[in-house]
Amino acid sequence: MAKPFEVHRQTGFATMAGLCFVVLYLPIVLLVVYSFNQGDSIAIWEGFSWRWYVSAWDNEQVQAATVRSLVIAFWAALIATTCAVLAALATTRQERFRGYTFVFAMINQPLMVPEIVTAVALLIFFAMIKVQTGYTGLGYLILAHSAFCLPFAYMPIRARLQGMDLSLEQAAMDLYGTPWRVFRRITLPQLWPGILAGAMLAFVISLDDVVITEFVKSAGQDTLPTYMLGQMRRVVTPEVNAISTVLLAISVVMVVAFYFLSRTKKQPTGG
Amino acid sequence: MTDVAPVTARRQARARWLLLVPALTVLVFAASGPLLIVLIYSFLTPGDYGGVLWEPSAQGWFSVVFERDFFTDELSLADAHLSIFWRSVKLSLMTAALAFIFGFPTAYFIATRPKEKRDLWMLLIIIPFWTNLLIRTFAIAELIRNEGTVNTLLITMGVIDEPIQMLFTEFAILLGMAYVYLPLMVLPIYASLERLDFSLVEAGYDLYATRWRVLRKVIFPLAKPGVIAGSILVFVPSLGAYVTPRVLGGGKQLMLGNLIELQFGQGRNWPLGAALSLTLLAIVMVALLFYVRAAGGEEGRHG
Repeated sequence: MAKPFEVHRQTGFATMAGLCFVVLYLPIVLLVVYSFNQGDSIAIWEGFSWRWYVSAWDNEQVQAATVRSLVIAFWAALIATTCAVLAALATTRQERFRGYTFVFAMINQPLMVPEIVTAVALLIFFAMIKVQTGYTGLGYLILAHSAFCLPFAYMPIRARLQGMDLSLEQAAMDLYGTPWRVFRRITLPQLWPGILAGAMLAFVISLDDVVITEFVKSAGQDTLPTYMLGQMRRVVTPEVNAISTVLLAISVVMVVAFYFLSRTKKQPTGG
Repeated sequence: MTDVAPVTARRQARARWLLLVPALTVLVFAASGPLLIVLIYSFLTPGDYGGVLWEPSAQGWFSVVFERDFFTDELSLADAHLSIFWRSVKLSLMTAALAFIFGFPTAYFIATRPKEKRDLWMLLIIIPFWTNLLIRTFAIAELIRNEGTVNTLLITMGVIDEPIQMLFTEFAILLGMAYVYLPLMVLPIYASLERLDFSLVEAGYDLYATRWRVLRKVIFPLAKPGVIAGSILVFVPSLGAYVTPRVLGGGKQLMLGNLIELQFGQGRNWPLGAALSLTLLAIVMVALLFYVRAAGGEEGRHG
């Protein structure tokens, strides 16, 4: 008997899709596997060891870069998320106002302009400020990161707000709640998953940035990714794999958590 | 008696702009403002040791396409720049094509899974996309370098004696860009295929069409907006790529992003760098306009 005819099937498509998933994950899996290599090679397996993790941990440059990366990502996520919450409150759940398109274009500019162009622009601009003020601290990097993280923080918060009912807040207003009280007791608790998702996204985006950081940083301000970029010019040891694996793990955990956070919005909420 | 409505409206408008102040401040200082300064710099005279002299000049824009001979003052096309432009456009188009070859069947495969499973399959596509671009590029570099996995494997199997030089070639850049931007192709194609009405496909088969004919005449036309959107989404970041050509091209195969960097490093020609940046930006904006038309047209059609 012939197999039942499947309308969905296209010859070779499932094979291609399978191949695609293999291609997507195989390089990453190999990268992770060789971070545990006993030997110096990134292609010949010589047995399991934590050697490269230990050596990365003991490397002072890596330590400094890690701390710097985390500090920048923390402040950038905090600033970007705060700005994004306020901006989202101003731009959603109301009729279009004059200047809406302008505001929307401003917020999304970091997504549309190629990173290299933004990087060059910031290099020029910050060079001017550095000459004027003499300040060369981490502030430039934090400001730059806050800006390009802003649209990423804004998107989930806006999505969450759009899905929220105005009637609860209106009821609270009718009961003479002050705007601040209404925001804190009604809006904020409902908005919280969106804020968390936005902050996490901003944090990951900041942590992963290479191009803008590479152009904006002053001497001795390497973050983990720019440190790794510098290392790749030389002969690479699995130490870079070890650092990569840790960064990958952080990203994957954050993305999966983000996925589940933004999914809860579809289910009916209890409160 | 004062009219209440306009007063409230005005108060609302003021509150709205107050709420927008922090975001707009950050963006003016670290996004749009600096971009305007790039525009100004592109019309200034290059300084001797980097930076600029505040004298207006069109030299920066001029040097994007032309060069003047140092000795004879003769004018000619800047071959070095044009070949880098051409390589960037060529590799970006090829990247989009390669991503389509892998991305379309994958998006189709996911769109034909049971509804409750699709999100999870898509998550598998999205996870690599949100992980560090540098790390994914590095993973490709490790795979194809002379002492990397592919060459080691081929030598052990006795297929080749000498490692094949793959790293630091155009092929490496193409492979790397297709790899890192593949999810950008899958997402929009999936979005358009997911809404595809499979009764149309069934009708095609009932009328004795072959699988290939149904694919070409029914499925593909309906997925076309997604394909156009995906191609542009891949093309745009490829054109401005900096990390991937730097790591995989190794400073030999420059793309636009690297040429721009060069002007702020060894080249020491900031106005030229600024003009090149704005040229790239202009190309990207045109591509994005097409994208908005493709994506917007699709929305309009589906109501």
